[in-house]
Amino acid sequence: MVVETGFSSPRTDAFPAGLRVLVVDDDPTWLKILEKMLKKCFYEVTTCCLAREALNLLRQRKDGYDIVISDVNMPDMDGFKLLEHVGLEMDLPVIMMSVDGEIRRVMKGVQHGACDYLLKPIRMKELRNIWQHVFRKKIHEVRDIESMEGIESIHMARSGSELFDDGSFLGGEDTTSGRKRKDADNKRDDKDLGDPSSTKKARVVWTVDLHQKFVKAVNQIGYDKVGPKKILDLMNVPWLTRENVASHLQKYRLYLSRLQKEGDIKNSFMGMKHSDTPPKDSTAGSGIRNSINLTQDNVSNGSFSFPVNHTLAPSVDLKGHEGDRKGITSGPMTELKGPFPIDVSGPRKAKSSKISFDHSLGSVDSVVNFASFGPTDTAQYSWNEIPEIQFKQEYEPLQLENRFSQLPLPGLQHHMLPEYLQPAVSVSPGPSITEKEATSSGFEVKSMYDDYRSNHAKHSSQTEAVGESHSLNNQVFKSISTTTSSMKSQDTVPNHLTVSEFSPKNLYEGVGADDLQLCWPQGDCYATNFGLQGLDCTEHNNPATALETPFHLYDHPFDPTEYYASDQGLFA
Amino acid sequence: MNIVNQLQRQFIDFSTSLHREGFVDDQFTQLQKLQDENSPDFVVEVVSLFFEDCEKLINNMARALEQTQGVDFKQVDASVHQLKGSSSSIGAMRVKNACISFRSFCEAQNREGCLRCLQQVTHEYSLLKNKLQTLFTLEQQILAAGGSIPVVD
Repeated sequence: MVVETGFSSPRTDAFPAGLRVLVVDDDPTWLKILEKMLKKCFYEVTTCCLAREALNLLRQRKDGYDIVISDVNMPDMDGFKLLEHVGLEMDLPVIMMSVDGEIRRVMKGVQHGACDYLLKPIRMKELRNIWQHVFRKKIHEVRDIESMEGIESIHMARSGSELFDDGSFLGGEDTTSGRKRKDADNKRDDKDLGDPSSTKKARVVWTVDLHQKFVKAVNQIGYDKVGPKKILDLMNVPWLTRENVASHLQKYRLYLSRLQKEGDIKNSFMGMKHSDTPPKDSTAGSGIRNSINLTQDNVSNGSFSFPVNHTLAPSVDLKGHEGDRKGITSGPMTELKGPFPIDVSGPRKAKSSKISFDHSLGSVDSVVNFASFGPTDTAQYSWNEIPEIQFKQEYEPLQLENRFSQLPLPGLQHHMLPEYLQPAVSVSPGPSITEKEATSSGFEVKSMYDDYRSNHAKHSSQTEAVGESHSLNNQVFKSISTTTSSMKSQDTVPNHLTVSEFSPKNLYEGVGADDLQLCWPQGDCYATNFGLQGLDCTEHNNPATALETPFHLYDHPFDPTEYYASDQGLFA
Repeated sequence: MNIVNQLQRQFIDFSTSLHREGFVDDQFTQLQKLQDENSPDFVVEVVSLFFEDCEKLINNMARALEQTQGVDFKQVDASVHQLKGSSSSIGAMRVKNACISFRSFCEAQNREGCLRCLQQVTHEYSLLKNKLQTLFTLEQQILAAGGSIPVVD
């Protein structure tokens, strides 16, 4: 079987030469030495001395790096945290470095997902070998893809000819497929070639959407009882493997535990972030983010994956699922009213809001922290609160425009979101929807919404609501984009908002479209939404925050409906 | 013996003594090996960076230890840890060792002990700086005389 390494770029032939390495170390001496050593290995080296900067770089250029080498002790962020983020968002191999070789530290590194832990002083020969980690990862991905492909073909054949499953009809081919089918059944790998990027890359990218599904599943099962298989079953993503889920679950656990521990630090991070991104309505964004995703992506990331569509349901428990809700609504959310206090104060508030949605609930801070990570579009970030990202595609055009010139096409969900988030939420991103903007835009949105609603009017059922929410969201987003920082109002109808994303059941239960509309008090979006929602915020716990994020982003007066839509995930 | 040979001889002797006396270790040799035509002043640049960082950290420690109200030992320890990492980058063994004992005094929150260690660290840093400057001067002289710098393993 041909093992496709996945290196399709020109450097492939010369591999490992040309390996793109990102080195993060606050020690300038080491940075210089490592750069020189890596260059001697014929690697392409990028250096940075701040973890946040590193995350920005990574998020901006997804697939721009093959491996990350980072020191453990850094002033702005713990190396382990960076490690987590990279693992979750970008799924790149990360090597840790330290002058401290204490066993416990090394263990911690490995636990957090480091594929190696080097002790300083580092020698050339150790660096020469780092390509192995990249190669290994590719192989595993390829294997997954290939098996999935195999399974997929079987499935296709199977679905196409159920009757002939017994094999007699297809003859020899059937036996093979039969076998494969068995494997497929065992693995539950149905590679759905629907994700072109994944096939090419043979790597599972945990987009906001996907992560949201994951979080939702986890919450449904109950965090204490989760297991990869259960999650996989619930997620119902054909091409995902148990292994993918298992490794993601591990990262997620780490992330959660870290969030729970974190608190004020995040706030400070948030503050940091916000300040960093002055121009963009980061404040607003941050505020939102906080509420939404804060957990993961600090506002800065922008990746605030606003799970626009989904998040509403489960995770966004903005409402009140958790006491946090209040925080959210009253906290950052309200804060957002203004220019999105998020920026600095944001984090704090966000915390509260955030809490609701992220799993850590209480950790608005945690969310914040994330935010701090990357004001920039953290497309990848969405995983944190992936729920929010759902919108990513849709949103992207709307908001991100400002900042995200790089935003990928709508097709790239995860990419999109970050962008999306960014403007609105992210502290850093420019487009963040600041309160002011929100206000102005909010109006627009509202009207848009109204128009939209009238257009769509007719369904009254839940589904309808859902649909509306979808559309609303779209509208919202659209308006957001227009209103907020010159976002291009592309009509990004949030696809993700589409019904598929939403789980009508949770989102609109009992909530009429009208309800949604209600709330969009300026800045007090959350509050309103929640009210409307009346939803069972149960799902809220889920990373729905992601879902929430979208709301947050739009903190400015979006049609409640819109909010609702996104909130669905949260409140579900 | 012509001037180049003389200088080269001096260089080798001096280099060997630096290693022998523990001023630098193998890491320094590695740095010298990294130097090439693409970066002919690599070692000097790296060492300069190190000295800059060193001074900054020493100042931080001094300031922190001066606090009469209450010394923030965590901060001091953080700086020492950083210096330790930094010194390992160029193989500054004696500085690194001074940091190790420094850290235990930080942990014990022993201000006197810390001050003594700080003194020692500063002393080692000055010594090393002088030694390396001498080494670099020798190198310059060799090159100026038309010779090449010998590789000392």
